[in-house]
Amino acid sequence: MNSLLVIAGGFRMNMKMLGTSAWFLLMAVIQPIIFATIAYYMFRSGGRSGTLLYASLGAGMMGVWSSTLFGSGGMIQWQRWQGTLELGAAAPPSMGLVYLPFSLANSFTGMYALAATLVWGRLLFGVPLHFAHPWLFLLSLPATVAALGLMGLVLASTFILYRHANALSNLLEYPVWIASGLIFSTSLLPGWTRPISWILPPYWGVLAIRHAALGGDVRGPLAMVTLLGLACLVIGFAMFRVFEHFARARATLSLT
Amino acid sequence: MRRWLSVFLVGGNLAYRGLFNWIHPAIYIPTMLGAPLFQLIFFTKLGQFAHAENRDFYIVGNSIQACAMSSVYGMTMAVANERWFGTLGPLLASPASRSAVFLGRGLPVLANGIFVSTFTFVIGVVLLGFRPGLHSVPSLALIVLVTVVSCTAFGMLLGSIGLRAKDFFFAANLAYFLMLLFCGVNIPLGTLPGWMSAIGRCLPLTHGITAAREVAAGAPLGHVGGLVGTELGIAAAYALAGLVLFRVLERESRRSAVLDAY
Repeated sequence: MNSLLVIAGGFRMNMKMLGTSAWFLLMAVIQPIIFATIAYYMFRSGGRSGTLLYASLGAGMMGVWSSTLFGSGGMIQWQRWQGTLELGAAAPPSMGLVYLPFSLANSFTGMYALAATLVWGRLLFGVPLHFAHPWLFLLSLPATVAALGLMGLVLASTFILYRHANALSNLLEYPVWIASGLIFSTSLLPGWTRPISWILPPYWGVLAIRHAALGGDVRGPLAMVTLLGLACLVIGFAMFRVFEHFARARATLSLT
Repeated sequence: MRRWLSVFLVGGNLAYRGLFNWIHPAIYIPTMLGAPLFQLIFFTKLGQFAHAENRDFYIVGNSIQACAMSSVYGMTMAVANERWFGTLGPLLASPASRSAVFLGRGLPVLANGIFVSTFTFVIGVVLLGFRPGLHSVPSLALIVLVTVVSCTAFGMLLGSIGLRAKDFFFAANLAYFLMLLFCGVNIPLGTLPGWMSAIGRCLPLTHGITAAREVAAGAPLGHVGGLVGTELGIAAAYALAGLVLFRVLERESRRSAVLDAY
């Protein structure tokens, strides 16, 4: 019960903080719209107008990942700058539990991205919003976003020891877009990248969402994204425990 | 003149080293080299998937656009970070020529932009099979230089706004992403609506990228002289606008005592 209170309180708090950030507005709404527009024009000029919903969903998911990545990457760093990281580490709940709701809030803020690209596509490009399996779409979306949040938790844990988390965040945006096939098929990538795609929750998440919208098997990818999300939860908590121990033992939590 | 040059060259170099003292390989490599590398792969593959343009279209567009990360963010930070570090007051209290102070900051940013663009082109050659032909390399190099100058000048204008604006990173980020959309980096200008391509033609990058694509396809430099000249004209216009804005905002900040205020 206490854990649920920590999660609910942290989630609400971080959603409020993110809601006041112009930078997050850029990440979660404006950037995905710009990328969606680029994708629409590219698909149109390639004569693939029928795939505009595909582009909308992909660009929206790119926004979810960007919000998760920069939110989770920045989470530890911002707390460090604000001097609140030590308080989080010293709080009675485990550090993983303290930062779990923050990470989830980051990815759920990214849902604005999907909403923005779908509305933008509908209004400006006439993208048809007919979903093949609307109920499964409504199930796939939160499952995927939650899995991304849990993946963000794993990332955040590694940033406890890493002084330059923001730089790593800058690097990881495009590779996950590419390897997850968020907006183009991973079949265009070399074969050796396939296992990387398989272990990424967004790969299965976007498949579930895309199949729910355009038709295809939803349950398989949905099961995979849920499974990988749970794996991230376990790994994230374990890594938080290990890295927190290292940071305490070496007295490097603040890294200043 | 000697003093002007000294402030321009030595001052610009010292300011860059001071303001960007936090940059070292652990930050520089992922941000300035890693991100453009993956951006190049992303858009090339997206273009392939969309059956839009040929591979070289994306390689040239993104390799040149990669300099914007250095130019736009670098110049914004080169001015706005003075306020962040609390050194803006002493800087503006000095009798140094504002044009030397301002333009000198652009020189290291310019060098960095050229390096990042060149690196991205090399990645295009090594990983994606870009083969522009040896005879077009000098022309491409000149176009890259002009385009990076133009982007740096645009960054100067944005940096000047950072003298007063609270959330200057928002403006820099927004400008960076909009350039991806408006400047024909990944979409031919002819595909964009008229008003978008008109805006694109007033921005840096657009003419440089068009010229570079023609040169990479085998056109001689003389054939794209007009485009290169226009890009240079845009560079001069933005540099002048940035300098004027810098002076105006400096005066206004002094008058209303908000130089270091957030």
